Amino acid sequence: MIRTPLRPLARVLHARAKGENPDLIERENIRLRHEEMQDRSRARAEGRLLVLGVFFFCAFSVVGARMGMLASSEAQEPLASATGATIAAQRADIVDREGRLLATNFETHSLYAQPPLMVDPVAAAEGLVRIFPDLDKDRLVRDFSGKRKFIWIKKRISPEQKQAVHDIGDPGLLFGPREMRLYPNGRLAAHVLGGAGFGREGVDAAEVIGVAGVEKQFDGYLRDPANGAKPLQLSLDLTVQAAMEQVLDGGMKIMSAKGASAVLMDVHTGEVVAASSLPSFDPNDRPRPPTSGFDPSDSPLFNRYVQGVYELGSVFKIFAAAQAVDLGLVNSDTIIDTSGPMRIGKFPIGEFNNKNYGKISIADVIVHSSNRGTGRLALQIGAERQQAFLNSLGMFDPTPFEIVEASGGQPLKPKTWGELSTVTISYGHGLSTSPMHLAAGYAAIANGGQYVSPTVLKQKGPQYGPRVMSENAARQARAMLRKVVTSGTASFGEVPGYQVGGKTGTADKPKPRGGYYDDKVIATFASLFPASDPKYVLVVTLDEPSILAYGEKRRTAGWTAVPVAAELIGRVAPLLGLRPQLEPGQGAGYTLTSN
Amino acid sequence: MRSVIYVLTALAVLGLALWAYQENYRTQEVLKDTQRLQRQIGEAQVRLSVLRAEWAYLNRPDRLRELADLNFERLGLLPMRADQFGRVSEIMYAEDPALPIINGIDVSNFSDAGTLPPEQQP
Repeated sequence: MIRTPLRPLARVLHARAKGENPDLIERENIRLRHEEMQDRSRARAEGRLLVLGVFFFCAFSVVGARMGMLASSEAQEPLASATGATIAAQRADIVDREGRLLATNFETHSLYAQPPLMVDPVAAAEGLVRIFPDLDKDRLVRDFSGKRKFIWIKKRISPEQKQAVHDIGDPGLLFGPREMRLYPNGRLAAHVLGGAGFGREGVDAAEVIGVAGVEKQFDGYLRDPANGAKPLQLSLDLTVQAAMEQVLDGGMKIMSAKGASAVLMDVHTGEVVAASSLPSFDPNDRPRPPTSGFDPSDSPLFNRYVQGVYELGSVFKIFAAAQAVDLGLVNSDTIIDTSGPMRIGKFPIGEFNNKNYGKISIADVIVHSSNRGTGRLALQIGAERQQAFLNSLGMFDPTPFEIVEASGGQPLKPKTWGELSTVTISYGHGLSTSPMHLAAGYAAIANGGQYVSPTVLKQKGPQYGPRVMSENAARQARAMLRKVVTSGTASFGEVPGYQVGGKTGTADKPKPRGGYYDDKVIATFASLFPASDPKYVLVVTLDEPSILAYGEKRRTAGWTAVPVAAELIGRVAPLLGLRPQLEPGQGAGYTLTSN
Repeated sequence: MRSVIYVLTALAVLGLALWAYQENYRTQEVLKDTQRLQRQIGEAQVRLSVLRAEWAYLNRPDRLRELADLNFERLGLLPMRADQFGRVSEIMYAEDPALPIINGIDVSNFSDAGTLPPEQQP
């Protein structure tokens, strides 16, 4: 760098010659030099600040990144065996609406053998056969003395069995921890829970996967390690479910039915408080699914309340009546002619036992369950409006009930929806649905006309869907249903204090190859209670019931499904916390007393 | 002067090495401790889940029903029914305690009804 002199001789001489002060030149030069120095040191300081800034930025971003990593990574629960098992253990529990355990995990052991480590294969095989009689000794000996290095012997053994195997004392017999799914309540709510089995298996752990029911539907949630401590809470109530299964089982036996199902649903939230399908199974020991060429409904795995898609019969009549009231075509007092003959095309529409009710009100059409009366109502409504209404009640799609089997419950509707279909569907023939569909439909009537979708998960507060009928139509429909019980086909359904309202339905069972059986029916009773302000809907379905009463074999729902449903309501309603009530408008002077 | 600094530095290195050595072992100790604690927590959790499962198993409705049946004579438990509901107004209040007897009457003299005063005869 060239330094400019402070007192350049040339300029000083020049200034002296002019008589100026040469010190000014020096001062000017000093000023310039200071300016230059200032600039330089400023640049240096700025550079240092920049470096420092970069350093701090890096440090803070490292801290931030670490914090982010800690926040986003999942907390790892301490494990009993810290072997770093790659298969996710700990499936979340399933609890009922009160937090009572429905499914949990249980630590057991699996038994495997490593023949190269064995001391005495023959003695080990003999010892094992003594503990597990189902093992084949010759095969074990062959396996143990062959070339195999690893053999599974038992997938799950109890602690006693483990101790017994320990006592054989062979170093080649080894145990691996196994988490198994335990359903402490046995058969209770078997169809909702489904069951679980082993997926990928390793020596140290095995993956537990859901194979049916909620276990399969919510497999992702249950397996997510982040949900290990958060159980899946269902809408079921353990005590109600237990009472329901007991009563239904008794009812099924008394009515000598092949199968039975019941669905109890909260009409405001859509929560299914109890649902049962009999015969049932033990999810701890889930039976194998039936092989093909076999009627699936014979298997205990068959879930009648979502998969049992049948024509449910007269229980559908109330939908026609409710819709007719909703459209303003009639009200419950309108008189309609139910006398015959009535023909749609070539098909005659008859009544049960060829009765003729003559001219009666709409309410009486429901009370007496008149096919012709509902058929004529349906003709007034028309096919299109009827379809739209039933569709809005969810009758054409599988129910949104959250178990895997529900998607298999696809309703069957006619390909062409002509006049005949309109009439027959109005009294429940020609459209096949599951009891769960029916429960959802009745819930809409019960809660004042809003659709609720049935759910198996606990909800907070009412979950109303779109409005499907007016408040008025729903109220009139409820009054009709109440009348069916007080003076109609469901007179056995009266439960003192709970004002049951409901509609019976008896439909002939279809033969597998077309046509209908004469002596096999599906008897259904769809009910709501208490009728003045319904809280719950109960649908009871019996498969092929019959009972001998008054010297006659009776199959209609009024004789079979209704008494079972009444007993169920009598047992279940107090458990649900419903206080028995006097019916509004009943005479005073009658008080309920404790016995 | 310089040698003093060297000696001090060497001592400092020695001291720091000793400290680092101890810290290393202490860290390992703590890590082992954590692992042990975690294992204990894990075992406790397994135990807890077993106990919970056992509790649920022992309280399953089937078993409770059987127990209620077995002990019916003692407990008299029946399924809950509508007719077991009552009203608060139907509950009797506890009776007032009887007034204390201040001037007792000696009844040992009244051996038979005939000796009772006429107004007290049954």
